[in-house]
Amino acid sequence: MLENYISERLKKKDILLMTHIVMGYPNFDDSMAIVEQMVEAGVDLMELQIPFSEPMADGPVILGANQKALDRGARVERCFEFAEEAAARFDIPFLFMTYYNILFKYGVEKFAARMARIGIKGAIVPDLPPEEGKDYLAAMEREGLAPIHIFSPTTTDRRMAFLSSQTRGFVYCMARKGVTGKETSFSSDLGDYLARCRKMTELPLAVGFGVKDRSDVEFLKGKADIAVVGSQTIRLVDEEGIMAAGRFIKKLM
Amino acid sequence: MIDRGYYGTFGGAFVPEILTATFDELEAEFRKLKADPGFWQEYCDLMGSYSCRPTPLTYAENLTRHFQGAKIYIKREDLNHTGAHKANNVMGQGLLVKRMGKTRVIAETGAGQHGVATATMAAKFGFDCTVYMGEVDVKRQRPNVFWMEQMGATVVPVTDGTRILKDAINEAFRDWVSHMDTTHYVLGTACGPHPFPEMVSYFQSIIGKEARKQILERESKLPTRVYACVGGGSNAMGIFSGFPDDQVECVGVEAAGHGLASGKHASRLCTDDASVGVAQGYKTYFLQDSDGQMKETHSIAAGLDYVGVSPILSQMHDQGTARFEAVTDAEVIEALKLTMGKEGIIPALESAHAFAQAFKEAPTMSKDDTIIINQSGRGDKDIFTIADALGDPSWKRFIMEKAGEYHA
Repeated sequence: MLENYISERLKKKDILLMTHIVMGYPNFDDSMAIVEQMVEAGVDLMELQIPFSEPMADGPVILGANQKALDRGARVERCFEFAEEAAARFDIPFLFMTYYNILFKYGVEKFAARMARIGIKGAIVPDLPPEEGKDYLAAMEREGLAPIHIFSPTTTDRRMAFLSSQTRGFVYCMARKGVTGKETSFSSDLGDYLARCRKMTELPLAVGFGVKDRSDVEFLKGKADIAVVGSQTIRLVDEEGIMAAGRFIKKLM
Repeated sequence: MIDRGYYGTFGGAFVPEILTATFDELEAEFRKLKADPGFWQEYCDLMGSYSCRPTPLTYAENLTRHFQGAKIYIKREDLNHTGAHKANNVMGQGLLVKRMGKTRVIAETGAGQHGVATATMAAKFGFDCTVYMGEVDVKRQRPNVFWMEQMGATVVPVTDGTRILKDAINEAFRDWVSHMDTTHYVLGTACGPHPFPEMVSYFQSIIGKEARKQILERESKLPTRVYACVGGGSNAMGIFSGFPDDQVECVGVEAAGHGLASGKHASRLCTDDASVGVAQGYKTYFLQDSDGQMKETHSIAAGLDYVGVSPILSQMHDQGTARFEAVTDAEVIEALKLTMGKEGIIPALESAHAFAQAFKEAPTMSKDDTIIINQSGRGDKDIFTIADALGDPSWKRFIMEKAGEYHA
């Protein structure tokens, strides 16, 4: 169970770190090398994004990575093979992140069954609210997988409670409005919002959108359980090459 | 949300959590507006004083004589302010924005008509305005970019993806998730998450209401068939909604581009290249591959160059309550030439799709039959594309001379 893993891990660390890659960007070999470096640097969980042509919730950095991965021929089948290898080689939980059409076209039940078979622990599907995801939620439940839902600063208390009831593993809290990869101000407003999230769910809280350096991670200690770093590693790999990923993660902790 | 806007299995609201509250508010405000007994009259008054409504229903006497079949009428949405049916939706949503107290509007645009209409509305109502437009379309429809900017809108060329309409929609959503407190997204067609398909169709239903009244006044009977081009589907929804009767056949005409077999087209309801999927917040037929990645589309008409289609039309397709056809770029140019020559009317390239299909069918119908073609927009905006398609030498000479003047 994902929740057990997280609570065990939190006994040893103040805050966990979850990172994100787009599978097939810059290519599948490099993607695996980046995973390896991140795991060695001490990352606790990882999101593996299956690229989609219309990544509505993603900002320019991840959007560009999605497009380039697709241009270079990243198919869903290849992503499953990649994820299977990663889950077999490295001893941390991996989650899928993607958009609903990828699951829908594959077949939601088949998709969940295959996730379970290859050792993927859960999924984040930002364009699938629980109201539209009954088949998905049932399939995830059946396979013992964690459907992760998202809290945003505009989510009401009542809706947070509802989303929490439909979620397993942890809740993903967006630190701010907007898309991935833009500036976030780590301020008292964010602290108040996270306190509200904490009140509305028993599940561990992950915080993402704009987490990019050690001071951001420090800020989140005590307010959240998992810091999520997404666009920033892609940006660094673009600028400095794949070896930058491990160095960057070590500096965060 | 009160309901999630399903039409059979199509539609829904697949929105990221950050927009849930915004959609709840939008739906609630739209319900209030629809229930307000004075609203429709307020809307009609605005469209009457600002946008030449009711638009005429023109009897195309020469085309009728030419084809020697059904009597042909043309619903003249091209005579709206800004030259297309887009004004109907935009002014309606503008009134809604005023009620919601927001101060900024954003829009996507393909052909540029919806962008121009939104920029006009924003200028009139005093809203800030940003329009997202695929880089390819910016090049195809430069005059519309010029007018949007003159009216004070910021036009942002979208360089991601296939750089056309769907990419402009994604980019508008990305703006919206950052600025929803002040901003309303004026979606231009009957697609996207609920309540957009219902809301856009509601404002566009003014076309069908007028056309029904006009044809009954002229002919004392309902038309046999009604033709409309289908990109996202808003002009088709507009006119079809006026003729829910069993005896009227609604015909939606898609863009077959270089031909359905070529793969270079934008037809979702007439080919096996499309299948049901979920993107841009709603479930419908999309032109996508077996992984669910959206494909490139092609049409000579930027406004039809789109991967998805209104969920309401997808349901009509599956239920057989409307018939869908597709015509090629070449057929469209022929229909356009004929309409200009016979009637002195210039349909937009989008609208000319409806004309082309109607021209195929009119000669096979009897003189007792009447048909209505919805001319969703005017074609003079397409002067560069049409002049190229016609290969007009004197136009080329003019452009070269004009370019020479700028170099001087």
